[in-house]
Amino acid sequence: MVQFAISRVLWLIPTLLAMALVTFLVMHATPGSPLDPVSEGANPLSPEAQRNLAAHYGLDRPLHEQFVIFLRNAVQGDFGNSFVYRTRTVREILADTFPVSLLLGSMALVLAVAGGLALGILAAVYQNRSWDYVSVTLATAGVAVPNFVLAVFFIILFSFIIPLFPTGGWDSPRNWVLPTITLALAPMGIIARFTRASMLEVIRADYTLTARAKGLAEAPVIFKHALKNALIPIVTLLGPMFAAVGTGSFFVESIYRVPGMGRFFVLSMTGRDYPMIMAVVLTYGAFLAIMNLVVDLAYGALDPRIRL
Amino acid sequence: MALSTRESGSSVEGGLTPPSDASPVGLRGQSPRSEAASAFAGRPTSLWRDAWRRLLRNKLAVAGGVVVILLVLIAVSADFLAPYSYTKTNFGRLNEGPTRAYPFGTDQLGRDMLSRMIYGARVSMLVGLGAQVIVVLIGVPIGALAGWVGGRVDTALTRFIDVMYAFPRLLFVILVMSMLGAGLMNIFIAIGLTGWVGIARQTRAQVLALRQKEFVEGARALGAPSWRLLIRHVLPNALSPIVVAVTFGIPEAIFTEAALSFIGVGINPPTPSWGQMVGEGQQYLRSAWHLCVVPSIAIAITMLSFTFLGDGVRDALDPRLK
Repeated sequence: MVQFAISRVLWLIPTLLAMALVTFLVMHATPGSPLDPVSEGANPLSPEAQRNLAAHYGLDRPLHEQFVIFLRNAVQGDFGNSFVYRTRTVREILADTFPVSLLLGSMALVLAVAGGLALGILAAVYQNRSWDYVSVTLATAGVAVPNFVLAVFFIILFSFIIPLFPTGGWDSPRNWVLPTITLALAPMGIIARFTRASMLEVIRADYTLTARAKGLAEAPVIFKHALKNALIPIVTLLGPMFAAVGTGSFFVESIYRVPGMGRFFVLSMTGRDYPMIMAVVLTYGAFLAIMNLVVDLAYGALDPRIRL
Repeated sequence: MALSTRESGSSVEGGLTPPSDASPVGLRGQSPRSEAASAFAGRPTSLWRDAWRRLLRNKLAVAGGVVVILLVLIAVSADFLAPYSYTKTNFGRLNEGPTRAYPFGTDQLGRDMLSRMIYGARVSMLVGLGAQVIVVLIGVPIGALAGWVGGRVDTALTRFIDVMYAFPRLLFVILVMSMLGAGLMNIFIAIGLTGWVGIARQTRAQVLALRQKEFVEGARALGAPSWRLLIRHVLPNALSPIVVAVTFGIPEAIFTEAALSFIGVGINPPTPSWGQMVGEGQQYLRSAWHLCVVPSIAIAITMLSFTFLGDGVRDALDPRLK
């Protein structure tokens, strides 16, 4: 167990290195340069200015040198200056925006887990009855319909037709409602579908039959005996869930004008803001990898049948 | 060959079932392949025929399938169906709601929404189906190679697959697209580069499990060369999880294109794409809501149809999961 944990933690290093390398290669192997004018059809900078800028940002060095320099600085938490927001370092931008994304993501996850479990349990307990169909349809819709499409419907419904919530912003908790729900629906659907399948399996298991046979009421059978065991496989879902919430927030944040990482990500990509891109990719990558690791370890601890 | 096709299926109870229209087993490539088939009533029918029957019984899946066929027809015959050209502007009638001349209204440049929706279906279908071809062409050989050859090749490929798997998928696609620039070809490249990983994993797992089965051993004992074992005996039996993965890959690719076009790095204007129309219409949400809502509904219906169809295909091919 300890050995497994250590080796998994050590595996993070090559994984992140490979991620950095792939991102770096994709950025530099494709045509275009951050020195190109931002708006289309604008006059290019003079060759002299381009040379100066390239020297200033270290873009004139050979690629392998650039990569090593980046790594050396990144290890110390220094991702350099943003090309697009020239007065700020990448670290400052991330320090401002990451907590916002994290708050939004956490709220969405809590909602997704709570809602998904409830829907899944309802569907399994009332299998093939109307509750089942309602929750399966809701879950499928949540999984299938892209969140930016959901956002459009929500804004029209809950901001224009019934003016309950503002269309965007992040100042008061009232602004948080719509983005959180929008972001939560996809993972909620995934959790609901898996909970349903897992519960159905457990409800048919012998130990559930035993619990019923000894005369327990329906509620303790479902919650104490079935649910506990059904929950174990759901834990593995949390890994991909973090990914869904993380990348989903790009769209949700840009539609609801949430000042999180997502908006900067898209802007930095199209603006070829190399330091910013590297930092955002690695932050997301590291976050996901660590979460996956935690989930795997927790899974091993929860289910003694799993030998790590 | 003979060993493999007769392997699991023509069960003894075959004679007990009432005569049916099912054709006898033994047709090449149609033989019963898994326990799922023989567990099902024990009739001498093939896995694919049984699956097809189960699929037809699933109303949601059939409804999804019908919508998908309609969408494909619309995409194919866009040139005949669209009342206007998707680039034709009418500056006298900007952001107009639905009228008789323009059933879905006009957009911010006075272009006919209906025509743009029809051509948008073409982009969605092209990306959904085309990207899966690329994904299968990359993923299946890599997965099969890793599982079949084993040893160091497997270790190296698996490590590579794991690293790619750790990469947040959509993030990588957006990265590749913003670096390559918008365009249909680049979307295929971006989805192809990232999408093969899941299928490769599936294929590898299947090949690993199948290579030790008796029918493979039997074929090997008869002297079949290794490549033939893999292509004729192992891969056909690994097909159903791959089919399921592809069915779910289609809506994922459609979603990816819509998401990319939504943030402006997908399809190049003036070619219309539903995601792009939602993205561009977003700023007119208050004044001209139909700009956003019409393509949003289309995306939602398309995604739901493919998902229902995918669920149906999965349940039909592997009834144990239901």
